[in-house]
Amino acid sequence: MADLRCNIAGITAPNPFWLASAPPTDKAYNVVRAFEAGWGGVVWKTLGEDPPVVNVSSRYGAHYDIDRRLLGINNIELISDRPLEVNLREIAEVKKAWPDRAMVVSLMARMEEQAWADLARRIEAAGADGLELNLGCPHGMCERGMGSAIGQVPEMVEQVTRWVKAATRLPVIVKLTPNITNILWSAEAAKRGGADGISLINTVNSIISVDLDAMAPTPIVDGVGTHGGYCGPAVKPMALNMVAEIARNGFTAGIPISGIGGVTTWRDAAEFLALGASGVQVCTAAMTYGFKIVEDMISGLSNWMDEKGYENLDQVTGRAVRNVVDWNALNMNFSTKALIDPALCIDCGRCHIACEDTSHQAIRIVQGEGKRLFTVENEDCVGCNLCLHVCPVPGCITMHPEENGLPYVTWPEDARNPMNLEKV
Amino acid sequence: MTVISAVDSQTSVYDDLVPPLTPMQAMAEASRCLFCYDAPCVRACPTSIDIPVFIRGIATGNMKGAATTILSSNIMGGTCARVCPTEILCEQVCVRNTAEERPVAIGRLQRHAVDPLIASGSHPFTRAAPTGKRVAVVGAGPAGLSCAHGLARLGHDVTVFEAKPKSGGLNEYGLAAYKMAGDFAQREVDFILKIGGITVEHGRRLGGDLTLAGLRRDFDAVFLGVGLGESNRLGIPGEEFLGVEDAITFIGRLRQAPGGAGLFVGRNVVVIGGGNTAIDAAVQARKLGAEEVTLVYRRGRGQMRATAWEQELALTHGVILRTFAEPVRIDGDGRVQGILFEKTRLEGGRLVGTGEKFSIAADMVLKAVGQKLAVRELAGIDLAGGKIVVDPAYRTSMAGVFAGGDCIASGEDLTVQSVQDGKLAALSIHSFLMTA
Ligand SMILES: Cc1cc2nc3c(=O)[nH]c(=O)nc-3n(C[C@H](O)[C@H](O)[C@H](O)COP(=O)(O)OP(=O)(O)OC[C@H]3O[C@@H](n4cnc5c(N)ncnc54)[C@H](O)[C@@H]3O)c2cc1C
Ligand SMILES: Cc1cc2nc3c(=O)[nH]c(=O)nc-3n(C[C@H](O)[C@H](O)[C@H](O)COP(=O)(O)O)c2cc1C
Ligand code: SF4
Repeated sequence: MADLRCNIAGITAPNPFWLASAPPTDKAYNVVRAFEAGWGGVVWKTLGEDPPVVNVSSRYGAHYDIDRRLLGINNIELISDRPLEVNLREIAEVKKAWPDRAMVVSLMARMEEQAWADLARRIEAAGADGLELNLGCPHGMCERGMGSAIGQVPEMVEQVTRWVKAATRLPVIVKLTPNITNILWSAEAAKRGGADGISLINTVNSIISVDLDAMAPTPIVDGVGTHGGYCGPAVKPMALNMVAEIARNGFTAGIPISGIGGVTTWRDAAEFLALGASGVQVCTAAMTYGFKIVEDMISGLSNWMDEKGYENLDQVTGRAVRNVVDWNALNMNFSTKALIDPALCIDCGRCHIACEDTSHQAIRIVQGEGKRLFTVENEDCVGCNLCLHVCPVPGCITMHPEENGLPYVTWPEDARNPMNLEKV
Repeated sequence: MTVISAVDSQTSVYDDLVPPLTPMQAMAEASRCLFCYDAPCVRACPTSIDIPVFIRGIATGNMKGAATTILSSNIMGGTCARVCPTEILCEQVCVRNTAEERPVAIGRLQRHAVDPLIASGSHPFTRAAPTGKRVAVVGAGPAGLSCAHGLARLGHDVTVFEAKPKSGGLNEYGLAAYKMAGDFAQREVDFILKIGGITVEHGRRLGGDLTLAGLRRDFDAVFLGVGLGESNRLGIPGEEFLGVEDAITFIGRLRQAPGGAGLFVGRNVVVIGGGNTAIDAAVQARKLGAEEVTLVYRRGRGQMRATAWEQELALTHGVILRTFAEPVRIDGDGRVQGILFEKTRLEGGRLVGTGEKFSIAADMVLKAVGQKLAVRELAGIDLAGGKIVVDPAYRTSMAGVFAGGDCIASGEDLTVQSVQDGKLAALSIHSFLMTA
């Protein structure tokens, strides 16, 4: 049995599955239920200075696939709308009752040292294991100069991190917003400010849908709407990229990362780990299915690690980072071709039309016995993978690298590169 | 009467009636599960398998986790996936019925999850530290094996005494061949025994070389999982004729004749009864090549114990269903030639003969009118309604003797119920042993 214990910036937990700062971690009631269900830790819903914020009614919008499965939700909620005192008391009680679970508390304040320092100290006094600075909320709070309004300015990220580090001995995790042009600017700023770890991503700025009868963006609040924060399975690819960028960037490499964004299965978690995260945080999957979802996450990750021979999370963390490279480091001579297994083919024709209309016209149709026979013309196939992705049958179309005997040549070295032609 | 040399491979009675799901089917089916809260399917499963969690395991590619979830609630999850009447259990209450009139194929998904684990030759559970306690289990059927596995897992040593040459009980000798294709019963027994700490002794019969007193003397506790060893009789003239057989004996012969070689089946077969066994016998007779198979039941289709799905199965296999007729006499000259029936009707819930009679020509008559407990070897144990009386902790009236499965009055003659009985009895025996 693989050892799933995780350690992020000195904060330990029995497993790497933590609930992200959001409604699931809003109060003791939820958090206790989460711990009972098996979650390894929580990041308590963001605390701010009193008086608490006031939320509007109608708060979430949804993005469905055609089977009405949630691809993502967006929300226009603010931070905790309960009094600070109540939150701190509950944090202390829950931590006492669940000493082995990670109790990280998220906080947010105005761009003033005193405000951040006071909050940090009070949370430390409540017995939290660590702090997470919410520099990412992209709606509502930013209009008040907080959240992403701070997170989008690297100098402010560094400054706030420095203030909080100076005010407390707790490990400080800086939660980054994806609503920037380059994640490294804010990640490096956090590191310069003394962050013990980084968590990402917070939600992505979005209008999730437009109600075409009301002619307003959803969720609709009394006839109008506002942009919100997008999260769930759909944001995972963006989050993975940002995590990988931080993990492979010289200055930030090695900083503990808590991966967030669309984690729905153990596989998603394993991918975040492979790209450099030491643990993950989950919000939408819990909001979609309830806390029980963690059972398969834990057993799936554990079984997969056993199967692969990984004994602990450290052996997984960052395992794929060395294989994330710049485009310019790719092998220009590599060539792979699609192969269609006629035994598995169900004759839908989607591979053909995708290639025919939008790619390289490489898939031929022969009238076979009873059903059509689809074959790939290797000459024409550029190995784009499109047919494989549109095929509804897993394993029916596979990609096969060609043995062409050519050396590994990158674009900067490639003779076809006009820059090189000039050199000759 | 036809003697079969080899079974036609196209319609073989030994092939899966319901084939395993392909990976693609499993993926599509698993993605239909809604991961319901306090799911109705779990409540409908006698062993309370956490169905949403195991289906999610399939969906996320955590196959071992899915299998372990199933087997931790039901060690015979493999057989149950094949033989449970899911149409009246988990799948009946699946919420997908409401909108789409098609439940998630829970039984087939369960098989999809469990089979690879069993085929892998591994076992997901380990034994607790040895307790030094020894338990005798009588009967290696679902109840006995489930109890033995539970006890072995808790650290006790178990000896299973089984009268027959093979383990599995009705899994091996009773369930329809097309539900248990590929010698699954024995593969599952091997899997269960991999936990360790269980010895099975075949050819050992309570009432033969074993007595209750002896078992109580030699062991710290005794579990009875003897099933229902005797078949009910029709009690009509001609029952002793050649060609008249208990359906369960017929199925047992069929199950023990690999490939069907040497089996014989009638040209015109009449099956009497309205339960699982009757349907299974009728369908298997058809699959073996019987020209005409008539299933005769004394009440209506609505009163049959066989589920609607099973009745449909018989009909699609060309079995003629005749209802409201009761056998009066079997005709023949030492060999059966036909059977005389009287029509019946329900009068205020009571079944009465109408006086009108008819005959069906038959060279084989299969009786499927129920099983009953063989009571001789159980002297000293309280019985009621022909079954062993147990309390909610599966204790019989005899101290240290527990019972479960078909032999107790739980009311459900289902494999899954027997597994549940065995599982719970193991926990009860454990607390008995550890507090004694
Ligand atoms: C023909 C038929 C078809 C069925 N089909 C289905 C189905 O499709 N689905 C379903 O869920 N259920 C089905 N059932 C019911 C199911 O098989 C039983 O509920 C289940 O097998 C009962 O398990 P058990 O362990 O109590 O008894 P059994 O399976 O009967 O096992 C009892 C074991 O004890 C042994 N034994 C008996 N007496 C002694 C003794 N004195 N000493 C030593 N050993 C002894 C027997 O040899 C046997 O191995 C069917 C039953 C029959 C008869
Ligand atoms: C309703 C809602 C409220 C949220 N509130 C907060 C918050 O108070 N503080 C914070 O740091 N992140 C907040 N988030 C963002 C989540 O913590 C998380 O970063 C994001 O949802 C991505 O993860 P997911 O894809 O697993 O949902 C909120 C998300 C949602 C859906
Ligand atoms: S989940 Fe539904 S019932 Fe619960 S608060 Fe939201 S809108 Fe109301």
